[in-house]
Amino acid sequence: MTELNILEAIRIAIDEEMERDPDVMLLGEDVGRKGGVFGVTEGLFAKYGEKRVLDTPLSEAMIAGAAAGAAIYGLRPIAEMQFADFSYPAFNQIVSEISRMRYRSNGTFGLPMVIRMPYGGGVHGALYHSQSNETYFTSTVGLKVVAPGTPADAKGLLKAAVRDPDPVMFFEHKKTYRLFKADVPDGDHVVPIGLADVARPGTHLSIFCYGYMRFCALEAAETLAREDGLEAEVVDLRTLRPLDTATVLASVAHTGRALVVHEANRFGGFGAEVAAFIGEAGFESLDAPVTRLAGPEVPGVPFHHNLEDWFMLNPAKIVEAARALAAY
Amino acid sequence: MANTKQAEALGHRELGLGDDDVLAMYRQMLLARAVDERMWLMQRAGKIAFVISGQGHEGAQVGITWPMRRHQDWLAPFYRSIAAALTFGMTAEDIVTAHLAKGDDVSSGGRQMPGHYGAKRYNIVSLSSPVGTQVLHAVGLAMGAWVRGDDMVAMTSFGEGTSNQGEIHEAMNFAGVHRLPVIFVCENNGYAISVPLAQQVGGLSVAVRAQGYGFPGVTVDGTDPIACYAAGKEAHERARRGDGPTLIEAKVVRLTSHSSDDDQRRYRDPAEVEALKDHDPIPLFANRLRAAGLLTDAIEEQLRAEIKAEINEASRLGEAHPDPDPATALTHVYADEVPS
Repeated sequence: MTELNILEAIRIAIDEEMERDPDVMLLGEDVGRKGGVFGVTEGLFAKYGEKRVLDTPLSEAMIAGAAAGAAIYGLRPIAEMQFADFSYPAFNQIVSEISRMRYRSNGTFGLPMVIRMPYGGGVHGALYHSQSNETYFTSTVGLKVVAPGTPADAKGLLKAAVRDPDPVMFFEHKKTYRLFKADVPDGDHVVPIGLADVARPGTHLSIFCYGYMRFCALEAAETLAREDGLEAEVVDLRTLRPLDTATVLASVAHTGRALVVHEANRFGGFGAEVAAFIGEAGFESLDAPVTRLAGPEVPGVPFHHNLEDWFMLNPAKIVEAARALAAY
Repeated sequence: MANTKQAEALGHRELGLGDDDVLAMYRQMLLARAVDERMWLMQRAGKIAFVISGQGHEGAQVGITWPMRRHQDWLAPFYRSIAAALTFGMTAEDIVTAHLAKGDDVSSGGRQMPGHYGAKRYNIVSLSSPVGTQVLHAVGLAMGAWVRGDDMVAMTSFGEGTSNQGEIHEAMNFAGVHRLPVIFVCENNGYAISVPLAQQVGGLSVAVRAQGYGFPGVTVDGTDPIACYAAGKEAHERARRGDGPTLIEAKVVRLTSHSSDDDQRRYRDPAEVEALKDHDPIPLFANRLRAAGLLTDAIEEQLRAEIKAEINEASRLGEAHPDPDPATALTHVYADEVPS
């Protein structure tokens, strides 16, 4: 075990995968000499050279599309969108091409590739450096979507994503990069895609979350236990697509109450899918309406810290929503 | 061996092509045309839902793809790439089967519309419908070969309408930056469905754009397969030398409407449509082969008889393939078939 933050865990995962497999390469804006705008890829350029750690022009469609072509050729590219907010020029490649390639070729062309998506607010990035846009991709069949919330999961899921035969959108919440350190297993630690993690067992309600919201939900759960005597079960979904439906149902089965928490806005957000699924498959277990706590219905995170604080979810808001749900 | 002086005038020998080679190229053009025409017949007979044609593009496609190495180089085609796909190894039966959307069609198993060429076994990338996306795939293939140090050249084709997509710019710029082994082929037939070149391309030339990307752009008469071969060969050699991409703009004609759902008489002058056949690459090339003493009535007759038999057999075999079974429609979403 080594104590690492999420940023370091991602870097180590990339490094180990590049060492293990010469077909793994990294491409994106500033990923090379600079080591990424957040420092995630620091040191890799010096170690693997300018071809396998490739600084690209400012061309997101190219980053995704060329990664797809390289994957067809047999490589395992890791493409970085500098910010998830800037991935829209690549949307055509991701949605029209990358997600559909296997199906439209009747299974003959697969695309083993990862698209890294630094996302989320709380970093003073305003409307265009803070978005949580995972729902565009979770609703696209053919993609897998993961969003780790701990250093160990970040390492293990990235390794799984690199080795996966299908395209994986890898959402990294920027605020979590250096938020905390935790034990990460040394060596080849792989976390399978498609499995949720019960981060904290509980009996009174289930909080479903992912990414940075895991951190907030765990803190909220401590407050609820201390101040209200409520034992919240925190389920970190980790993978959004495919959703670990068994773990979701099992949790609701013994708590009877479900709170789904995400930073992205509520309308049509990922929580709508989780809530609908619980409503359809877990109705008999429910003692209260499935409840969503989500980011506000505005087009982006506004800049001034007063406004950003208003926008962001935090442990206090989760505590408040959980209390209301428990009291139903 | 034909009369040397007449044959020399064709210009193929100085490019390293034998007399047999140019006849084989001519045969390939005839085959592409014959398959294409058969698709229209089958569409009119109600057997095929949709046709999008390569008629008029055969000289460019056969000429430029002729130097490519089968099972080594790659093609990211577009929807008119019927002759190019044949040169990369697709068979007439493959194309008929794909147009009939049969369950074992090599391109998509009946999942995609006709004209969406692609097959891993022939190094042809699966094509979608949003135009221009395939150009980045060719660049990515070339990047893969460059990273590995492989001897591979990727070629991609698109129309002059598609040349205006942002992804084309991103692809060419990146390929120029790293001198990737890729050949961009713009088959300029003057029309993007109904909109003519002058309303599509501000500078009226796609080839000149290459200058901004730092690699050569050439314009070639796309009805002349020998000139197209020369351009393709030079581009292929440049790519293999590590000297980077080439943009070839081949001026061709679109002999048919955009597709079976279009009628070009609604937006093209009748005289212009009538004049198209004067630019049909097949009779133009046949006349030059005859003048060179390489093509005779007997050879022509023999080629056409062979191709007719090949198409008839391809149609018979194609129609006998099984239709897709809806029970298989949920397969190949993911490699491990995870539930949604």
